[in-house]
Amino acid sequence: MTPFTALRAPAAVLDRANIDTDQIIPARFLRKPRGPGYNQFLFHDVRAAESGFPLGPSDNPAILIAGANFGCGSSREGAVYALADAGVRCVIAPSFGDIFAANAAKNGLLTIVLTPAEIGALIEAVRQGAELSVDLPREHVRPDNGTAIRFAIDAFRKTCLVEGLDDIGLTLAHAGEIAAFEARDRAARAWAAPGSPPTLNSRS
Amino acid sequence: MTDPMSRPLTLFDKIWNAHAILTREDGTALLWIDRHLVHEGSFHAFDIIARDGRGVRRPDLTFGVADHYVPSTTGPIGDAEAAGLVAGIEANAARHGFDLMGPGDPRQGIVHVVGPEQGITLPGLTLVCGDSHTSTHGAFGALAFGIGASEVAHVLATQTLWQRKPSALRVGVDGALGAHVAAKDLILAIIAAIGASGAVGHVIEYAGSAIRALSMDGRMTLCNMSIEAGGRAGLVAPDDTTFAYVEGRPRAPKGADFVTAVAAWRRLPSDAGAVFDREVTLDAAAIAPTVTWGNTLDTALAVTGRVPDPDAAHDAPARGRIAAQIAYMGLTPNAALDGIPVDRVFIGSCTNGRIEDLRAAAAVLRGRRATVPGLVVAGSVPVQRAAEAEGLDRVFTDAGLRWGEPGCSMCTGMNGDTVAPGERCASTSNRNFVGRQGPGSRTHLMSPAMAAAAAVAGAITDVRRFAP
Ligand code: SF4
Repeated sequence: MTPFTALRAPAAVLDRANIDTDQIIPARFLRKPRGPGYNQFLFHDVRAAESGFPLGPSDNPAILIAGANFGCGSSREGAVYALADAGVRCVIAPSFGDIFAANAAKNGLLTIVLTPAEIGALIEAVRQGAELSVDLPREHVRPDNGTAIRFAIDAFRKTCLVEGLDDIGLTLAHAGEIAAFEARDRAARAWAAPGSPPTLNSRS
Repeated sequence: MTDPMSRPLTLFDKIWNAHAILTREDGTALLWIDRHLVHEGSFHAFDIIARDGRGVRRPDLTFGVADHYVPSTTGPIGDAEAAGLVAGIEANAARHGFDLMGPGDPRQGIVHVVGPEQGITLPGLTLVCGDSHTSTHGAFGALAFGIGASEVAHVLATQTLWQRKPSALRVGVDGALGAHVAAKDLILAIIAAIGASGAVGHVIEYAGSAIRALSMDGRMTLCNMSIEAGGRAGLVAPDDTTFAYVEGRPRAPKGADFVTAVAAWRRLPSDAGAVFDREVTLDAAAIAPTVTWGNTLDTALAVTGRVPDPDAAHDAPARGRIAAQIAYMGLTPNAALDGIPVDRVFIGSCTNGRIEDLRAAAAVLRGRRATVPGLVVAGSVPVQRAAEAEGLDRVFTDAGLRWGEPGCSMCTGMNGDTVAPGERCASTSNRNFVGRQGPGSRTHLMSPAMAAAAAVAGAITDVRRFAP
């Protein structure tokens, strides 16, 4: 995963609430294998319906400012692949779909939650031509010639992003604790083991 | 569990505490995962573990289905890409040694119908799946939530997941639902009350006399749509209704194990005095048959209501939002919802593809004719067979609807069952998003009985008019 530290870039503004992942990438593209190229699916049908849509398949500003509940709906990680492949590295919104935010972190896409008032100020600065500086280690975002706005992020998520860590590897460092839990739990909750599969008659 | 010295705990706290292997200083916990459901759309995750040379840690806790891409017609999958994804999950099941309920298997169906049906889903468990409607399984008092492909890969490789503990929201619904008002109407009314992002960062526990009175099929419909309010998961405390459903299911504990399990499950409900971060209450008797008019779930309204007027909105952004949805949906401000013509009907999905849903739809359709085309798809092969044994399939086909093969079908149209651009569909599924049922599709969500009534009327209509 590409580490994320600091970034200074222009921002695109998509000031609408409840942008769901079906809009970010329509279902019919989810069957496509991973590989560079998910950018062509980014907001595919919205772009077709709306001229002047602020994001395209390429040459996008690295920062996106969006409305509340961005990335709600389906768990499809393809929504993050599409944004990342199209060059978006950071999304700023008043709130995110929980699954989207988790998926983003796994792919080096930073999600920043700010208040609607703070976002309003950033949008104003961007409209006047400012670029934004995002500093993840110091947890702030600042428009050119403006004051820094602090954001909060889970320490673990931040470490994974800053260091570009594969968290399966990190988890396996706890293999001993996991195995001990597993053994303890197996004894304490014998009922939780799934019963054997039923004997099947094949379908007529 | 109600140690007088300790703080009263919620159902959610109890499950969380029993599964936290370790907790970091920032509050992120490593959770043990009891059940992991995968489907043919989970291929990215299998590709990730293959790329990194990792295996599946607990194939005995991993269960596969084919649901999203299977056709609703009989015979082989015509679409080569879809066939490739189904072949892919078959190859991964063979390679890693987990149980796959794929095409031709008498247990096959939508992942959120199959888990409970097979007794894979049990109270007190943690259960995850690479699908946002995994919240369905919370109907059993299991902590169940959807995850993305990278997290699916993490669970495959480690049987664990890093999670920050969400907040707890209690939705209390007391009183009795009116005649022809179903669990679907209840959850639509709840989402309308708390908003499409009203439960972001929260696990919802549904409680109160109206919830207790729901059957397991109804509780699954309710918990299924927790994600549509942004909820991380939905929960209903397990009770005798739950235990009666679970007992005798193929994968459920048997004999003495079942007795031990029920004793453990009886300790799960939230303690008296347990504190929730937020509470919301609704009166069940006030809920009418409900439909959505727009492209977000908070546009749910009683069928007796009207399309809103953007000019009456309180501010400019709301005006813009309403106007955009009215334009996409092809509606007129202030028009009565009752009477809006529909082009087709879809009855099925992980929200409303269970036997009670099909019975409710059939009760309206029996002896009547649909005036628009429609598709009825059971959520699984066992549901399909049960419906056929009761003659429900004949009720649907006699009414002029198509009786399809089990799967996700027209809920997202990944298998090719799409709603044409500009067409309006009365649907029992769970999302009314722009393009959800196909590019340009217009979806109105409602209960199975309401969708059946819409099929007969050729328009959105109040099912209470069709009362048998
Ligand atoms: S029925 Fe629809 S919502 Fe449910 S799992 Fe299938 S595609 Fe997803």
